[in-house]
Amino acid sequence: MFRRKDLLGLRDLSREEIMTILELAAEMKQKIDDPSLRSTELKKSSIVTLFYENSTRTKMSFMLAGDYLGAMVKDLGVSTSSVNKGESLIDTGMTLDQMGINVMIIRHQLTGAAHILAKNVKASVVNAGDGSNEHPTQALLDLFTILEYKKRFEGLNVTILGDISHSRVARSNAFGLTKLGANVTLAGPSTLVSNSMKCLGVNVTSDIPAAISNADVVMGLRIQFERQKNMPFPNLREYSSLFGVNNELLKKYAKEDVLIMHPGPVNRGVELASEVIDGKNSVINIQVKNGVAVRMAILKLLTESNVQGGGAQ
Amino acid sequence: MKILIKNGRIIDPANNIDKIADLLVDGDKIAKVAEGITDEADKVIDAADKWVIPGLIDLHVHLRDPGYEHKETIATGTRAGAMGGFTTVCAMPNTDPVTDNEILVEYIKMKAARDGVINVLPIGAITKGQQGSELADIGKMAQVGACAISEDGKSVSNPALMKNALRYAKMFDLPVFDHCEEITLAKGSMNAGDRASLLGLKGISNDSEELIVARDMILAGSVKAKIHLCHISTAESVIQIKQAKERGIAVTAEATPHHFTLSEEDITGYDANFKMNPPLRSKKDAEAIRQALKDGTIEVIATDHAPHHTDEKNCEFEKAANGIIGLETALPLGIKVLVEGGWLTPSELIAKMTVNPARVLGIDKGTLGEGMTADITIVDPNAENIFDVSKMASKAKNTPFGGYKAKGKVLYTIVSGETVVENGKLLK
Repeated sequence: MFRRKDLLGLRDLSREEIMTILELAAEMKQKIDDPSLRSTELKKSSIVTLFYENSTRTKMSFMLAGDYLGAMVKDLGVSTSSVNKGESLIDTGMTLDQMGINVMIIRHQLTGAAHILAKNVKASVVNAGDGSNEHPTQALLDLFTILEYKKRFEGLNVTILGDISHSRVARSNAFGLTKLGANVTLAGPSTLVSNSMKCLGVNVTSDIPAAISNADVVMGLRIQFERQKNMPFPNLREYSSLFGVNNELLKKYAKEDVLIMHPGPVNRGVELASEVIDGKNSVINIQVKNGVAVRMAILKLLTESNVQGGGAQ
Repeated sequence: MKILIKNGRIIDPANNIDKIADLLVDGDKIAKVAEGITDEADKVIDAADKWVIPGLIDLHVHLRDPGYEHKETIATGTRAGAMGGFTTVCAMPNTDPVTDNEILVEYIKMKAARDGVINVLPIGAITKGQQGSELADIGKMAQVGACAISEDGKSVSNPALMKNALRYAKMFDLPVFDHCEEITLAKGSMNAGDRASLLGLKGISNDSEELIVARDMILAGSVKAKIHLCHISTAESVIQIKQAKERGIAVTAEATPHHFTLSEEDITGYDANFKMNPPLRSKKDAEAIRQALKDGTIEVIATDHAPHHTDEKNCEFEKAANGIIGLETALPLGIKVLVEGGWLTPSELIAKMTVNPARVLGIDKGTLGEGMTADITIVDPNAENIFDVSKMASKAKNTPFGGYKAKGKVLYTIVSGETVVENGKLLK
């Protein structure tokens, strides 16, 4: 069951809602590989992407997800729009609302931006990343991938490594995974993993071997240099040797069938060694495909549950 | 014009008075405080079951004039003050242009005399343009009536310059109001802690305040100057202030109603009406502030009344302006939280909003002594007061207290013998 106007984060989603999305995503995934299954069920839907921050895969993934379901998908080039003339987010949203947009997909550098937009528009709003808060569709595709390979969440040991403090991916995954019964460990240097993250119901550690001991899933996160003001560690050489993961560490501590994940883009040789990224346990490329499937499911569910949106005045 | 206030509970902490009596105003002065005054008067106010208190004094108010008149003006801000029972407010210098010379101090005084309904005392900036590089015209501003200097909204980051400011202001007996914040540690939009982690907001840690509290008390001590610390919000700051006082440093401190009433746990979403600087801290910190008010470590309650336009609050939380309005909610919150909560007696609460701030400024106000200027407020302390933001006199509506159930209503505000608020309504 899924009845919501917006998808803003995993913090407020129930276990049942998450499973509804994942189940529909499995169905949607077939449409990616087999063009004959692509449909026009969202042909009355108009979708706009509003990206205040750069993105390759998330934006493309949303646009294709809309295309595969027959929706009209437009990108508002934020850098060439009235945003540059100082238009407020709410005003931009209300303008798009008047044009009959059904779904607005927003990425923004500030926490809570998607929430304030959602509060002020009739269209459904999908949070494609807000500040250091949440990136729910990334977490949902991660959950989908984990479920695809591990067939369960209950009792799984999932370790997320790297720049946790700036990571909306880590946070959304922590909210989702703990709801579904997995044991989540967040690991990285103490300057990048705050102890107060424990309030999300996760373990926090700077001991990398301990963090990946018995891990069923190891997810690496990129160091977000663009968000660093005071360098939280001396240099990349020290980082990769003390906090990076290579095959040797994995072999010694993690489970043999450990799943290696990464939301991309990857800094090769920093958080994960290249041998790990390209190794047999890596599903990093599968995650990308699953991302399209999960976003198709979300667009379909939101369009069906928000009868108010889209110019229906 | 004579006003006779009958049968009120006269609370005058400066004179150690808390009793039922009458008070006679003659012209702009308090003529007599006694039982059973029978003098003829032009107006008689029945104050039975009401508190008759010195007009409230707020050391920390942003009137936004000149430069930000879309947020508040001297006309609207002083009316908000009057409705809240304040007869004197100190106006912070973060105007545009910054109040850093005597011309701007004169402008604010002139505007207040023309458009205002209560006393406005301008505060000058510590440095030119609040840029932190050279001293503002401190002496000139003192000569034309600046009541204090403050960098407001930030600290003077260069300690040598801050030390000079303390030493220089001391010559003019001008108090230095210190906003304590080490900016490199304060790059967030709410308190650093579990709630920030939950909401995905970057945090402002307690040490950002405590570092400057410690630094500036040390500087004040070394030049034997007075220092007044604005809006103290953390438990550790309180400990430091207490210890500094024991060592004989001339430090005074203020706390805001929102810091003694709310905590970070009241922030449940991205409503920027809960965003201010310093941020709402932990429950433990809020408790320490109440305790410090009780034991006297913090002697002043000031509002940090910070009006903003709706558009500056109804936007992305991290982008939204800091601060909330406070003039019309301060006293009812004090009665509800501090008096009903058992932290302060009515007289202790009133002292922190009248005579104590007057002493920080070194002005002869904040008491009901005979011969004093007749700045008087009459309050019904028993009235339920559910805050209705739409009815507030401030031009701004940015407060998290809409719908909050507080206690006490201001019925009369009398400024220099002239009634500005009557039966809870503005007369002008």
